[in-house]
Amino acid sequence: MTDYNEAFKDIPGTVVFDATQSRLGFHLNQFCMSLMKAANRAEFKADEAAYLKKFPMSEGQRQAVLARDYNRMLALGGNIYFLAKIGATDGHSFQLLASKMSSVSEEAYRAMMIAGGRSVEGNRSKSEGK
Amino acid sequence: MARIIAGVATSHVPAIGVALDQGRTQEPYWQPLFAGYEFSKRWIAEQKPDVVILVYNDHASAFSLELIPTFAIGCAESFAPADEGWGPRQVPVVEGHPELAWHIAQSTILDEFDMTIVNRMDVDHGLTVPLSLMFGQPDRWPCKIIPLAVNVVQYPPPTGNRCWNLGRAIRKAVESFDPDLKVMIWGTGGMSHQLQGPRAGLINREFDTAFLDGLTRDPLALTRIPHVDYVREAGSEGIELVMWLIMRGALAADAKEIYRFYHVPASNTAVGHIILENP
Repeated sequence: MTDYNEAFKDIPGTVVFDATQSRLGFHLNQFCMSLMKAANRAEFKADEAAYLKKFPMSEGQRQAVLARDYNRMLALGGNIYFLAKIGATDGHSFQLLASKMSSVSEEAYRAMMIAGGRSVEGNRSKSEGK
Repeated sequence: MARIIAGVATSHVPAIGVALDQGRTQEPYWQPLFAGYEFSKRWIAEQKPDVVILVYNDHASAFSLELIPTFAIGCAESFAPADEGWGPRQVPVVEGHPELAWHIAQSTILDEFDMTIVNRMDVDHGLTVPLSLMFGQPDRWPCKIIPLAVNVVQYPPPTGNRCWNLGRAIRKAVESFDPDLKVMIWGTGGMSHQLQGPRAGLINREFDTAFLDGLTRDPLALTRIPHVDYVREAGSEGIELVMWLIMRGALAADAKEIYRFYHVPASNTAVGHIILENP
């Protein structure tokens, strides 16, 4: 089992949502699920910090949400399908989220996708070196 | 006697549903994608399946982290389109086939697959986008649909081999169902894509092409691909391809490829689509 989980850690720029991440991020992801209701989205937007206090999340998770630091949220147990609900609440396209996570402008990200996407070459293994 | 006449695989990108629903299918960005499904729409109009078993994954819509079934079969009379945060898609309600769904549940459970039986479930873009791609925009879906939701969000998802064997058990179940029904099985999701982290936007045409080839040339080889290879080669969300193996496992060994389409990109994703007919 250890080998199964460890094998993914060699893949660069990727967080696999395993048991460890799921336990770490349970309340962060529960907060995200709450944004499926319009009333909750309105309450969150009115006072984000106060709304986040309603969930027993870590302070680091709350700060990552407030900063819309998606890579940090992923590291702290957020799952992308749940985190996408924050993006939807902000009215942001998924491509904008993807561009933020890969540290380029939305235009540059979109152009990369139209040109065939991010190549797997050099992106398979941390040991490949860049 | 019911029989499986064909299998269909297709990606289920949410942005495709948005483009369709907003009437943007003729925009230069989207036109090539929708053109790739014109053959399929004509083909399925001729085939007229009575029931589609639709293998897909829920994206934190019906299932949160509170409950994570590995294989969940929808046995209800109907399934409403889910509100994924911007209101439900304005598509017809999905009508189930409870009699066949329960029969499959019983048959597969007795075959030692521990299925979760679902009597109430909203269905998200994972299920409704493939319906739109194959049937267009009718007032009512032209057949009954049995949703089969697979967990590919929380690790570990089921192995490719387990998915393949579930497909075989589904075939056995369908073929032991008395009414004379034409049944299709669809596998959805994929192909290569990664939606998260610094590696977001990963596409691997070579892997995708080999996977499409493998569906007829050597499907058993595909069942041996470990999870880590999907993630490494096809991106973190490329793991959805294990669902295609349920579809393939339910078909005959000599199922024939009659159509294939591949297009990059739809938003963040490589779109793959294949039709396989049983002899």
